[in-house]
Amino acid sequence: MSDKQEPALSRERAEYLRKVKIRKYSIFATRILILVAVFAVWEITANLKLVDPFITSQPSRIIRTLVNLYREGDLFRHIGVTCLETVAGFLMGTILGTGIAILLWWSDFISRVLEPYLVVLNSLPKIALGPIFIIWIGPGPSAIIVMALAISLIVTILEVLNGFLSADPEKIRLVQTFGANRLQVFTKVVLPANISSVINALKINVGLSWVGVIVGEFLVSRAGLGYLIVYGGQVFQLDLVMTSVIILAVAAALMYQGVVWIEKKLTKNRQIYGQL
Amino acid sequence: MAEELVDVRNLGMKYQSPNGEIDAVRDVSFTVNKGEFVSLVGPSGCGKSTILSIISGLLKPTSGSVRIGGEWVRGTSRKVGYMLQKDHLFDWRTIYQNVLLGLEVRGTLNRESRERVLGLLKTYGLYDFKDKYPNQLSGGMRQRAALIRTLAVNPDILLLDEAFSALDYQMRIAVTDDIYGIIKSEQKTVILVTHDISESISMSDRVIVLSKRPATVTAIHDIKFNLEKRTPLACREAQEFPGYFNTIWKELDVHV
Ligand SMILES: Nc1ncnc2c1ncn2[C@@H]1O[C@H](COP(=O)(O)OP(=O)(O)OP(=O)(O)O)[C@@H](O)[C@H]1O
Ligand SMILES: [Mg+2]
Repeated sequence: MSDKQEPALSRERAEYLRKVKIRKYSIFATRILILVAVFAVWEITANLKLVDPFITSQPSRIIRTLVNLYREGDLFRHIGVTCLETVAGFLMGTILGTGIAILLWWSDFISRVLEPYLVVLNSLPKIALGPIFIIWIGPGPSAIIVMALAISLIVTILEVLNGFLSADPEKIRLVQTFGANRLQVFTKVVLPANISSVINALKINVGLSWVGVIVGEFLVSRAGLGYLIVYGGQVFQLDLVMTSVIILAVAAALMYQGVVWIEKKLTKNRQIYGQL
Repeated sequence: MAEELVDVRNLGMKYQSPNGEIDAVRDVSFTVNKGEFVSLVGPSGCGKSTILSIISGLLKPTSGSVRIGGEWVRGTSRKVGYMLQKDHLFDWRTIYQNVLLGLEVRGTLNRESRERVLGLLKTYGLYDFKDKYPNQLSGGMRQRAALIRTLAVNPDILLLDEAFSALDYQMRIAVTDDIYGIIKSEQKTVILVTHDISESISMSDRVIVLSKRPATVTAIHDIKFNLEKRTPLACREAQEFPGYFNTIWKELDVHV
């Protein structure tokens, strides 16, 4: 099974592998090309005044804005505030959501009772609750985190609970033949069989937490990327808005990759939850 | 005189659901002696699995009772090992971790029981595969692993519910022989549920024929072969086999 002892590749095989490799590289190269082209066209049309850089901004101005923000010492403060709020919202949404999902799995009665409430809360646009949170909690990071939590919580509960409920009843029966109690059914079958649905919930949560935090910052904050965007819009400084949006895109992508990395670690190392 | 181990007395089961009542088992009585291999044969859906579930203690009967070694069955018993239709090996556990499942759940995982399980894996040819995952094993080996998982908790009685029916025909004949050998060398008492007449005759000391739903006992046959060494495969070839087959076939009264 090890690659080392594999016999010399046949010519067809080598040819095939070469093609696969070329394809992989050309896809990657094309992606880079698109990115470069978009920024180049943007820069050039702005320079030629084909578009108005006052409205569209342009890459060189964005870089200048970045440098200025950095010089004034604000860049990492804004990024830090937003990322911290997002991570807090994300962690709380995941932990609380999974916890509540476990509770609902545990008690079919509670789950049935709460079902209509969850449905209503799930379809309610949580952004509408923003002003309520601000009044209750006060304008500041806490209100923003609660906003992020509100947006991701219900989805997490529903997603994870669905996973738990889809656990194979015959596998549950199997551990019951050994006399397993409900806790053992959960730890031996339901949870390990559903690591993937928990991770899926994490992935959805990352995106939702960003939405919650940015909306929250739109509403109340004095710092953060959402604040920069709103402020930039109000003073009609598109450079600031575009810069913030691009930072946001990078940060969100990095965080998503973080979750993918955790997923890889977990699925690669099956031993970890084999021990459960 | 043979020692009576399982006593099923006037068993009845009516399932309740919002859509109505299903009369699954009615007044079923039989006993199983220590070391005996007994089969329950019946048409599909007649209530065979229901009877096994009740014996295992997973299901409470609506009437009648089961005693194992003189004790009333209330909830799952440590004396009973239950093997379901499919192997249900967990694909997130290695074979070794899989066969330890019952011990973990019962809280009897210790050095001694680990040694025993390793011994079982060695004896029955799975030791070299103990760190593999189930999807790396053949169907027959998976079935053997499932049996070892059941044997690991050292039950006196094995309940097998169509334990071979998930396999294709060729595999099934081979696995039947294999598993039969293991069960006999471990000297277990077995109750096997099947709708396969040949399977029941080839493995059992006694065959209990059940009627259509609700299950009642139609007939009980002692199965005897004049063989030096009894194996399911040899039984299928034996001259007594067709006689038993025809009798039971008629009793099952299958209409197409
Ligand atoms: N939990 C349940 N609730 C309601 N009805 C049930 C339940 N379990 C089984 N039944 C019904 O009871 C009858 C007997 O079921 P059982 O599974 O015992 O039959 P079986 O002989 O094992 O069938 P098969 O050959 O398909 O395995 C069937 O009609 C089935 O639909
Ligand atoms: Mg059945």
